[in-house]
Amino acid sequence: MKQVEIDDIVAFLREAATRMKEAADYLGQLDGEIGDGDHGYTMSRGFSAIVRALNEIDVQSHDMSTLFRSCAESFLEAVGATPGPLYASGLIAAGDFAGNRSALDADEALMLLVAISDGIGARGKAIAGDKTMMDVWLPVVQTIKNLRQENAPLEVILSEIRASASRGVESTRSMVAMRGRAARLGGRSLGHIDPGAASAAILIESFANTLEQRAL
Amino acid sequence: MQRFINNPDDIVDETVAGFVRTHNDVVRLHEGNNRVVVSNFAAEKGRVGIVTGGGSGHEPAFIGYTGKNMLDAVAVGELFSSPTAKSFLDAIKAADGGAGVAVLYGNYAGDNMNVKMASKMIKKDGIEVATVVANDDVCSASAEEREKRRGVAGEIFMWKIGGAKAATGASLQEVIASAQKAIDNCRSIGLGLGPCTLPAVGHPNFLIEPGKMEVGIGHHGEPGVRVEDLKSANEIADDMVKVVLDDHNLRAGTEVAVLVSGLGATPINELYVLYDRMATKIEERGLKIHKAFVGNYFTSLEMVGATLTVMALDDELKPLLDTETNCPGF
Repeated sequence: MKQVEIDDIVAFLREAATRMKEAADYLGQLDGEIGDGDHGYTMSRGFSAIVRALNEIDVQSHDMSTLFRSCAESFLEAVGATPGPLYASGLIAAGDFAGNRSALDADEALMLLVAISDGIGARGKAIAGDKTMMDVWLPVVQTIKNLRQENAPLEVILSEIRASASRGVESTRSMVAMRGRAARLGGRSLGHIDPGAASAAILIESFANTLEQRAL
Repeated sequence: MQRFINNPDDIVDETVAGFVRTHNDVVRLHEGNNRVVVSNFAAEKGRVGIVTGGGSGHEPAFIGYTGKNMLDAVAVGELFSSPTAKSFLDAIKAADGGAGVAVLYGNYAGDNMNVKMASKMIKKDGIEVATVVANDDVCSASAEEREKRRGVAGEIFMWKIGGAKAATGASLQEVIASAQKAIDNCRSIGLGLGPCTLPAVGHPNFLIEPGKMEVGIGHHGEPGVRVEDLKSANEIADDMVKVVLDDHNLRAGTEVAVLVSGLGATPINELYVLYDRMATKIEERGLKIHKAFVGNYFTSLEMVGATLTVMALDDELKPLLDTETNCPGF
């Protein structure tokens, strides 16, 4: 089985940064409906900060743990509100999962997404149906766990992850926000897509795309 | 939008720059972080530091309460959005005089998370940090779930008590206990007549129909407990006093401090109209008003509306409230 190495993780984070930038206006529009309109700008700024940090360090001297940790620190320095601590916690959890290794089997690399989700969940404590990014992360994690158990081929898992993320985004439309800024709107949030769910899906898609291009 | 805006993304930096420039006799910008405002009287060796932080758009809160016997450092977030954990961290370090730092903040998801992250990060610096989370907004959750209530204008009293207590040379534990007592003794309600618009969004993200009012509205337009036809100022004042004092349950004879704040776009004179009636109603309940504050103390951009906060005083809190301060907000 192919390995996912430090370079591949860097490629994933670069792709995520590019896609967050491209989607900034769209995410901003979603957020403008139920929040303050800055989610696209925020996520784009956070991932740009990660890319800047990656440009400044010698990535080959890092293992997974220190790489993810320095990404978390740059993200946290650039972003406040809830996404700052949430994604920082997710990235740290991914680093903790991989530890001092510099490569993972491609199949095991999927567990990085599970670790990110666990880290975010432990920090934010949102549950399914709260209309948050967890409504994307939780079903994606379930998909990964189920399909890994069935020994499904990687390309199938990656494609199912994307589908699951996209369904998760759409599912937030019929939810009333229970957490974070949109919760301040109560029932007014109904009918709108949660912008945090939409950006989570972009991150997950970036991961799936990177593995498809580099690890299949 | 009829607003004074350059680029919406720059508005917070420009606000902080103008604020620090105006009040440079009392405050300064943090050397390494343009999202932290530091009191010129901080850090003082041996005195407990007082820190808060929150989203912008509530001016003069939060930065306006930086100063002598008040806040030592304030972390500044985007409009209506929590500061970064890094900014809380820098604020805590700037406020530390070696006796520990009390972080006194509102009960919002982003603030909670970023303060927790900052407290975790500060451990290696050996600075002792303790927190009080304000929860004075009566309509944001039921009395049984008080811990879920949000912090609003009562935070100003919490900071004032905390800052004054620290000035007496009290320990971190004592400062925390007094600040906790201050917020426990506070109840607030917001009443909205018109929404506010974040410049980057360009339209209000909630509506209050003409001729209607929202009782119990939050500081960012969080839905209240009821939407009703707009009533007279006296009827509104009566309603706000009733909600606050029914939740408060104070003994007759209790001395109180009262704070009436505009939400940004309500003329100050209307706040006096409200206060006159509120004071009458508060006194009718046998309470004695020791001190009142009426003005724009804690706003929500250009929201139309007002908040009422009542803090019960005792022998400890009264002299602390009366302690002289020097900060732009008062």
